Amino acid sequence: MSELAASPAAPRRRRRLSLRPNLVIGTCLIALMIAAALLSLVWTPTPLGTMDMMSRLAGPSAAHWLGADHFGRDVLTLLLVGARNSLGIAFAAVLLGGAVGVFLGLFAAARRGWAEEVIMRFADFAFAFPAVLAAIIVTALLGVGSTTTVIAIAVANVPVFIRLSRATGVDIWSRDFILAARSAGRGPLHITVRHVLPNASGVLLVQATTQLALAIVIEAGLSYLGLGLQPPAPSWGKMLNDAQTHMGSQPLLAIFPGLAIAIAVLGFNLLGDGLRDLLDPRLRRTR
Amino acid sequence: MGAGDALLAIENLSVSLPGDQGPRRVLRGLDLEVERGQTYGIVGESGSGKSITALAVMGLLPDRARVEGRVLFDGHDLAQADERAMCRIRGNRIGMVFQEPMTALNPAHAIGRQIAESVILHEGASRKTARARALDLLDLAGIPDPASRIDDYPHQLSGGQRQRVVIAIALACRPDLLIADEPTTALDVTVQAQILELLTDLTERLGMSLILISHDLGVVASLCQRTAVLYAGRLVEEGPTAALLARHAHPYTAGLMAARPRLTARAGERLTAIRGTLPDPESVPAGCIFAARCPYVIDDCRAAEPALHEAGDGGHVARCIRLEAVA
Repeated sequence: MSELAASPAAPRRRRRLSLRPNLVIGTCLIALMIAAALLSLVWTPTPLGTMDMMSRLAGPSAAHWLGADHFGRDVLTLLLVGARNSLGIAFAAVLLGGAVGVFLGLFAAARRGWAEEVIMRFADFAFAFPAVLAAIIVTALLGVGSTTTVIAIAVANVPVFIRLSRATGVDIWSRDFILAARSAGRGPLHITVRHVLPNASGVLLVQATTQLALAIVIEAGLSYLGLGLQPPAPSWGKMLNDAQTHMGSQPLLAIFPGLAIAIAVLGFNLLGDGLRDLLDPRLRRTR
Repeated sequence: MGAGDALLAIENLSVSLPGDQGPRRVLRGLDLEVERGQTYGIVGESGSGKSITALAVMGLLPDRARVEGRVLFDGHDLAQADERAMCRIRGNRIGMVFQEPMTALNPAHAIGRQIAESVILHEGASRKTARARALDLLDLAGIPDPASRIDDYPHQLSGGQRQRVVIAIALACRPDLLIADEPTTALDVTVQAQILELLTDLTERLGMSLILISHDLGVVASLCQRTAVLYAGRLVEEGPTAALLARHAHPYTAGLMAARPRLTARAGERLTAIRGTLPDPESVPAGCIFAARCPYVIDDCRAAEPALHEAGDGGHVARCIRLEAVA
């Protein structure tokens, strides 16, 4: 019955967290990444900016656990600080893009009519640009830097969230309890905040994890292209870029940041899958 | 109909919805009056315009709907009121109870909070006062041990209990008028009786008017002082319930009464049905709207639509030219 689908609160309250492998593994991977980022605030193997010229392009050793790059910088240090930068930018970008997109999408769902048309055609237009291309355009307009990178990735996120929240919103607006809320004298703003948003939050949350994974890839891509963070701030994408030149002499330099990106993306995707299963009873039953 | 003390007066109300072949008139020239403290029944089959009438009063028809006529509530025309004014009336002066208690509550919020919201919205009460009121309302709506249920979510309640919560929300601000649109259709028979009893009891205790919409003439007969019978968007009979039951003047009402299953029926006996189907609202025939299905039909019926003719005391009227024949 529709009753099941309409009770996002039900599984949370009634069921214990049964061990869904993708949810557990995803959570662990993301927790590991966040822990690494937090750790870099208080401790790194060597202070950031230290260049040990004797160990240039060295492989793993007791002094440099994951080796050192072409400036003799400790790779583990760069990875830890890079985690902070990459995750921070990804979270900020998805939060910003998501907030704007959800606002516009839910506004469109509540107002319908010409306002919806304008917003959705804008979303179509923005959607037509590949995410990386959109990010490059913004970077070109605003210049390079971490704020620009955040805005660039956020812009790429906006149309995704507009479409999803508008579609989910329109569906929720057609439910009986919205009519009941209207018959109780609630205005569209109140209904959107109190009735539509809580019932759309599950879907939006799952989408956000996917977008976080994508944001990390875009950030790495922008940094790789030299459009992201600027030296000396480390990021995984920039490490890849630097490693490219020295692929012949020290291939490990490319492996470690690549691995970090892969783990973060995998973690967010697994987390998103797990959350979707957890929040959507229909999907859980068909498994 | 007694003028003067009417809380709600619907005058010549027509509603059209856009259809494939031009607008479909789903409600045509409806007149009715509900007095203060009165229980009023609206009966009709699916598509007769019962729910449309309720939504028109609440101003909740889809934006595409065209509304003509007047809906006078306490002297103000709701058909002309803007959305802002309607928001102050809905839930505050007019409450509404829906057919489907399973979906009329927001699954994401505790029931106490959903009740309290109305009080906060319309009366500017503090959260604490509103919660205390929610407790009272749950008690009033007959939820046992409300203090232990107030933080429950809708999925933790049975259908009957959810309907009680919906009623509690509708009553939160002590409205002057309660509209119940098929409030018991989705419930078990035993629960139906309890909910109907609750509604009449509350109407009396709170001095409200009640509009009870149902397809079940029996439900309306047991509760309502006056009854209107709708057919294909048209008022076909209206009057004091007792008079209407004693002498169902319109052939359609007579057909509805005959179609009710009887306990005295012998096994294997077929149920009586009204032959034919509702006319398509896009191509309503000229003349009497019921002519195609009427056992009493004569040529004059198809010539022009009959006016409402007096059928008895207390303003009992029926839209039929063959009242003598039906009686």
